[in-house]
Amino acid sequence: MADIQSPVPGTFYQKPSPDKVAYKSKGDAVAVGDTIGLVEVMKTFIEVKSEAAGIFEGYAVEDEAPVNAGQVLATLSR
Amino acid sequence: MTIKRLFIANRGEISVRIIKAAKELGITTIQGFSEADADMLSVRMSDESICIGPAKSKDSYLNIGAIMSAIKETCADAVHPGYGFLSENPAFAYAVEAAGVTFVGPSAATIERMGDKVEARKAAEAAGIPVVPGSKGRITTIDDAAEIANSVGYPVMIKAAAGGGGKGIRVADNEEELRTLAPQAQAEAVAAFGDGGLYLERAVRSPRHIEVQILGDGTDAIHCYERECSLQRRRQKVWEEAGAVCLDKETRETLCNSAVALAKSVNYCGAGTLEYLYDEATNEFFFIEMNTRIQVEHPISEMITGVDLVQEMIRVCGGAKLSLTQDQIHRNGHAIEVRINAEDPLMRFMPWPGKLEKMSVPRGEGIRFDHFLYEGYQIPTFYDSLLGKVIVHAPTRAEAITKLKSVLELIKLKGLKTTISLHLALANDASVQEGAFHTQWLEPWLEAGNLTLAQTKRGER
Repeated sequence: MADIQSPVPGTFYQKPSPDKVAYKSKGDAVAVGDTIGLVEVMKTFIEVKSEAAGIFEGYAVEDEAPVNAGQVLATLSR
Repeated sequence: MTIKRLFIANRGEISVRIIKAAKELGITTIQGFSEADADMLSVRMSDESICIGPAKSKDSYLNIGAIMSAIKETCADAVHPGYGFLSENPAFAYAVEAAGVTFVGPSAATIERMGDKVEARKAAEAAGIPVVPGSKGRITTIDDAAEIANSVGYPVMIKAAAGGGGKGIRVADNEEELRTLAPQAQAEAVAAFGDGGLYLERAVRSPRHIEVQILGDGTDAIHCYERECSLQRRRQKVWEEAGAVCLDKETRETLCNSAVALAKSVNYCGAGTLEYLYDEATNEFFFIEMNTRIQVEHPISEMITGVDLVQEMIRVCGGAKLSLTQDQIHRNGHAIEVRINAEDPLMRFMPWPGKLEKMSVPRGEGIRFDHFLYEGYQIPTFYDSLLGKVIVHAPTRAEAITKLKSVLELIKLKGLKTTISLHLALANDASVQEGAFHTQWLEPWLEAGNLTLAQTKRGER
């Protein structure tokens, strides 16, 4: 198992824009550098990228939820 | 209809600034705040406060309905919109007017007119202000293009009339180049937009950004001289000065008087700013747009003229005449403002909303720090990253830079990451010290690694 953490505090988004589907769904393959979500901090959107490869297990926080730096956003299984 | 109860429809440092000005005028202040801003400094400073909605701006600071309800509930007789958010939103100004409440700014109709680029350009031309010269309409043949280019003056920018995204844009220095480049631009325009129509405009290379502060009372208007804001990153001003040392006396007079002429021609009420591009090579300036609100960098104009712009805009919008005439406004010395943002300049300016543990700011003659910070304050993640502005004033530009350096070296904001290191590196840069820069200067300077270099040197000392 690997955790993907938020690099900054802010608001987490699972989707690239409100009318799109989530970046990843359970069972998707995740490569190193894949974007799994966005964190909006002070009007800036930061892409959250996976530092590990694996199978997407699911998001750990809801779409549009406030998050802290270091908080787990999603988990991967190998 | 003197203002008695002023509602502040904004947040952050400008709310603090407005409350200070209103208090000095004996006006009761009412701060509107979002759920994320319940503990911000202006809520603590204001006489009254009211929650206007959830953290997200669209649900609070941009929610006209919620703000209008709060204005009614608190019996405010005036509203100050600050900058950003709804400050230049005609629908908001119309709603405020319809409710019989005073808007601290020009009329909704003026906001609407000057907010429309084409209308603003027309108003400027009518007031005799130069705009970037260009073709009046579409050009279809190369001979027409050459003829118009001769009247507009080289270098010219050739653009696709149907344009966008940089497609079909070429810059020609002379007719020979134009005759080579215009067909290329035309071919590219046809390929991209299915329309070979062209448009010509004078290319202003490496322009400086110069703006004029004006004040109007609906009949009369005055200026508080110019500011230069050429140091920009991603079209955001980073460092601003008053005055613009690149201007000679005659150009400065013409520029400032042109701004007053436009303000009078639209019966402007409140504080406003006319923005210009200045071509140093030809000593020409061109109007680009008007901002119908107070601006972030207003303090540097206050420092060199002694005019309290925020108080004056509240007074005139409350129905008073301007308290000053033009001959009572004098330039005195040089002022610089730098924006302190909650960003890490060494991490590509990543926003960093920390918690301020300890704050220490030097005080003294000619030093001002406009901000909304206090020890223990957690910067919210929902809004822009401006924390405050360090403003210095000294007899000369060189002395102002020296003073700025000493303030930036002494200021301590423990727990935050800020752009202070960027400003120190700029203050130590030879080009900045000489005033040799333009709007396209800062980004390449950053890309060339100058900031990292400055940091390394600092570390070695």
